Amino acid sequence: MKRIRLVLAAVIVAGALIYLIVGGIRGAIVYYTTPSELLAQGPSAIGRTMRLGGQVMPGSRRWNAGTLDLRFTLGDGNATVPVIHHGAPPDLFTEGQGAVVEGTLGADGIFTARSIIVKHSEEYRPPPSP
Amino acid sequence: MTAQTGLGAVAVLLLGIAAYVSLFASPPDAFQGEYVRIMYAHVPNAWVAYLAFAITFAASVLYLWKRRPAYDHLAHSATELGVLFTGLALLTGSIWGRPVWGTWWTWDARLVTTAMLFLIYTTALLVRGLSDDPLRGARLAAVIGIVGFLDVPIIHYSVVWFRTLHQPASIAPGSLKIAPPMLLALMLSLLAFTVLFMYLLRLRTSLARLEAGGEMR
Repeated sequence: MKRIRLVLAAVIVAGALIYLIVGGIRGAIVYYTTPSELLAQGPSAIGRTMRLGGQVMPGSRRWNAGTLDLRFTLGDGNATVPVIHHGAPPDLFTEGQGAVVEGTLGADGIFTARSIIVKHSEEYRPPPSP
Repeated sequence: MTAQTGLGAVAVLLLGIAAYVSLFASPPDAFQGEYVRIMYAHVPNAWVAYLAFAITFAASVLYLWKRRPAYDHLAHSATELGVLFTGLALLTGSIWGRPVWGTWWTWDARLVTTAMLFLIYTTALLVRGLSDDPLRGARLAAVIGIVGFLDVPIIHYSVVWFRTLHQPASIAPGSLKIAPPMLLALMLSLLAFTVLFMYLLRLRTSLARLEAGGEMR
């Protein structure tokens, strides 16, 4: 009986700890910053390495096969940030889809991305029949 | 034919049907193309891992309460299989992530909490194996088995609570975001993996009983 109480107490303590950890990091575990949040930070965001996530704005993609420079704009409906990346993007990188880039914002307001990750939705459906 | 052999035969049959539907009879995805088929292996591995650790949790509670070795055999077996299927979920997720996201791994909340799950239950197996006294090892493993299960709801809701790269669930109460032919492939795969898991769990549990000097049943 004493042992059960001990185990029960240990479980409650561990549970409370995990609850606190989750509660504490809830605001901190953010995989990416949105363009609105980035612009709201002002000049303090310049030069800091971060992940920026948003929608690849339709019509914004510019690919220079000669220099391997890729330019596009990430938006979240309220704000947009121009991005430049040196190198080919992932296969499924397309306009209108989500993307998360890792890099730094320059003083000129252009975000230089070291890497690009494609973010997709939880919707799965067959392609429209031709 | 024993019940166990029958269960194995059903598992093989269902896996065959699920593989056929997943690879040939279901359509490609509008965005991902053929890569979407990796989902039919990825999601069932994650589901079976959750199921295994739910069994570990229940069996660990019963073991600490009743102290019957049978509950410990079940908890030990379910933990081993849970670690195996968590590993497979991480592996298939990585293989899916490379072509679709463009990365094998990233520090996303869903991915990190799943890696934590793998480590927690690997620790439970280690603690059991390292203990000089098997009964003490079993008790410690049971405590980790119970506390570690708290990570499962954290993983499940990580995509809701945190801003993640990983997409939220496609199948949720009141919201179905997957086309019927793809849902069929996913459901068949989930069923096949669940039966396979039941077969493996029964096999591993009877082995644990025999190792402990019990009788063949």
